[in-house]
Amino acid sequence: MSILVLAEHHDGILVGATAHVVAAALKLKASIGGDIDVLVAGENVGAVAEAAARLDGVSKVRVADNAVYAHQLAEPLSALLVELADGYSHVLAAASTTGKNLLPRVAALKDVSQISEIVEVVDADTFKRPIYAGNAIATVQSADSLKVITVRSTGFDAVGEGNSAAIESVDTVVENRHSAFIKQELAQSDRPELAAAKVVISGGRGMGSGENFKLLDGIADKLGAAIGASRAAVDAGFVPNDMQVGQTGKIVAPELYIAVGISGAIQHLAGMKDSKVIVAINKDEEAPIFQVADYGLVGDLFEVLPAFEGRLDQ
Amino acid sequence: MKILVAVKRVIDYNVKIRVKADHSDVDLTNVKMAMNPFCEIAVEEAVRLKEKGVATEVVAVTIGPKAAQEQLRTALALGADRAIHIDTSAETEARVESLAAAKLLAKVVEEEQPGLVILGKQAIDTDNNQTGQMLAALAGLPQGTFASEVQVSGDGGDKKLQVTREIDGGLQTVELTLPAIVTTDLRLNEPRYAKLPDIMKAKKKPLDVKSPADYGVEVASKLTLLKVESPAERKGGIKVGSVDELVGKLKNEAKVL
Ligand SMILES: Cc1cc2nc3c(=O)[nH]c(=O)nc-3n(C[C@H](O)[C@H](O)[C@H](O)COP(=O)(O)OP(=O)(O)OC[C@H]3O[C@@H](n4cnc5c(N)ncnc54)[C@H](O)[C@@H]3O)c2cc1C
Ligand SMILES: Cc1cc2nc3c(=O)[nH]c(=O)nc-3n(C[C@H](O)[C@H](O)[C@H](O)COP(=O)(O)OP(=O)(O)OC[C@H]3O[C@@H](n4cnc5c(N)ncnc54)[C@H](O)[C@@H]3O)c2cc1C
Repeated sequence: MSILVLAEHHDGILVGATAHVVAAALKLKASIGGDIDVLVAGENVGAVAEAAARLDGVSKVRVADNAVYAHQLAEPLSALLVELADGYSHVLAAASTTGKNLLPRVAALKDVSQISEIVEVVDADTFKRPIYAGNAIATVQSADSLKVITVRSTGFDAVGEGNSAAIESVDTVVENRHSAFIKQELAQSDRPELAAAKVVISGGRGMGSGENFKLLDGIADKLGAAIGASRAAVDAGFVPNDMQVGQTGKIVAPELYIAVGISGAIQHLAGMKDSKVIVAINKDEEAPIFQVADYGLVGDLFEVLPAFEGRLDQ
Repeated sequence: MKILVAVKRVIDYNVKIRVKADHSDVDLTNVKMAMNPFCEIAVEEAVRLKEKGVATEVVAVTIGPKAAQEQLRTALALGADRAIHIDTSAETEARVESLAAAKLLAKVVEEEQPGLVILGKQAIDTDNNQTGQMLAALAGLPQGTFASEVQVSGDGGDKKLQVTREIDGGLQTVELTLPAIVTTDLRLNEPRYAKLPDIMKAKKKPLDVKSPADYGVEVASKLTLLKVESPAERKGGIKVGSVDELVGKLKNEAKVL
């Protein structure tokens, strides 16, 4: 049996998460064999297909290039996936907002369960996934003939890019009368993607204002870091929603995570506690964040951050 | 326009959960339960649409054990007009899986013919983030998931819904035909607290009890929970006394700088 992976892309660029999903597919292939096909659906996605064909382990890339798939709206894309799913035993996508929007719809149309955010493949039917904000890890087994799965990127190391898989086009076109794209406001940033960055520095309510987030900029520049935030900082309007780290935001597992003015609520920890090294900077020595931090510094962030930045130059 | 809101009984979000010693599941005995936070936001949005005159009636529905009626009473106290409890205690002691929940909700949608259905984007116990999307698929309706803003425009038979969605890169706005399914994100609104007189009034509001059999839906699952474990514990680290010490440790000990 074969595996179908949905490629994730924005603005004509393949998103890094796809290489992690292919890695999960390779784990599955080890127990079931078969092919790993990647589906690229969208409008003007030729370059995305070429990038996907370079991913190691991919057998072929199937491209559905049509205006109806632009912006990857759930209604037409799920209809396409339902058409293509026959012949596959597993359909995989990243546990991104695109994957989460889409795959439950595909599963329901195929009358099967969907398995969310797996972090480990045990065998072809059995998977591990975090529940209760990562405070427990469940092993679930599915008896469905088709498994529809979203994959948490941090659970699987990305595959390399030494391949040149075949690319074929898919002619299936579906109708969409029920939903229309109006607009999109995407954050512009020269910094690395939060989910893929090796270093993440996040600010919380303790930052006090959006203006003060500039204190993190210089450090992020020097470390090549992405900047994140707690929900409190987003809710207070300091920074946009796409910077939120946590149970209901982005899940990150960088080499180094620096939490600044963040208390360490379980919902925040759920998004970062698999980081390799955690640093906490907080003026309250009782803050729960210190319980997960490898290195804690009790102090006022307005003094610590400039000193830290200065010290990085030396 | 009638609005249907799905609410789920889950562990209170402040509770730190424990895994059972035999690893069969999470231990929920004597644990404080509450309405899923995203469902509170769903109820609030429905009630606000009614207060604005966009909606005429708000119906709350839950699928679960008898105790889940507490969460329906909360929804009624927050402003829902009536409630439906689909009692699963005869079929299963376990939680009902997303697909079964969506099938039951699809039947309720067929029966009630709401103009809009609002659900939470995810339940904080199983963190699935599935039910709304599955319901949309089964009911053949469009979906606006992870909503941070919802606006009804047009009138009569030509009403449309604009939904601003929180996506990974920022915000996306889509326009949907009605009826439609919406799932709530955190910033859609700030739910109100129920006032005592409203809690008293809620006790008298109608609450219908149904069973999955009434809807002809099989709740048995093809998913088996084999095991639940605690995640690997992080070892507590150390406190450093200065920025110099911190940078030194990161360079020489952790080797991440
Ligand atoms: C359903 C649900 C989902 C949620 N999802 C998420 C999520 O995905 N991500 C998330 O982050 N939260 C989430 N939350 C919210 C979470 O519970 C906390 O409210 C939030 O994480 C708190 O953010 P914070 O640590 O920035 O703020 P606070 O808890 O207010 O902490 C601020 C910290 O800053 C410190 N501080 C203040 N001033 C200074 C200073 N000058 N110098 C140094 N330190 C200072 C304080 O000592 C304090 O520890 C969720 C909540 C719910 C109910
Ligand atoms: C440890 C464990 C792991 C599991 N893993 C999986 C899995 O991977 N895949 C899977 O499909 N199932 C799984 N299950 C089954 C799981 O119990 C159900 O899927 C879950 O209870 C229902 O989905 P949810 O609440 O997570 O839905 P979500 O999709 O996260 O909930 C979104 C919204 O749907 C509405 N809703 C959901 N359930 C109800 C309800 N009962 N009544 C009213 N409204 C409701 C609410 O508005 C809620 O905010 C697992 C169960 C356990 C115990």
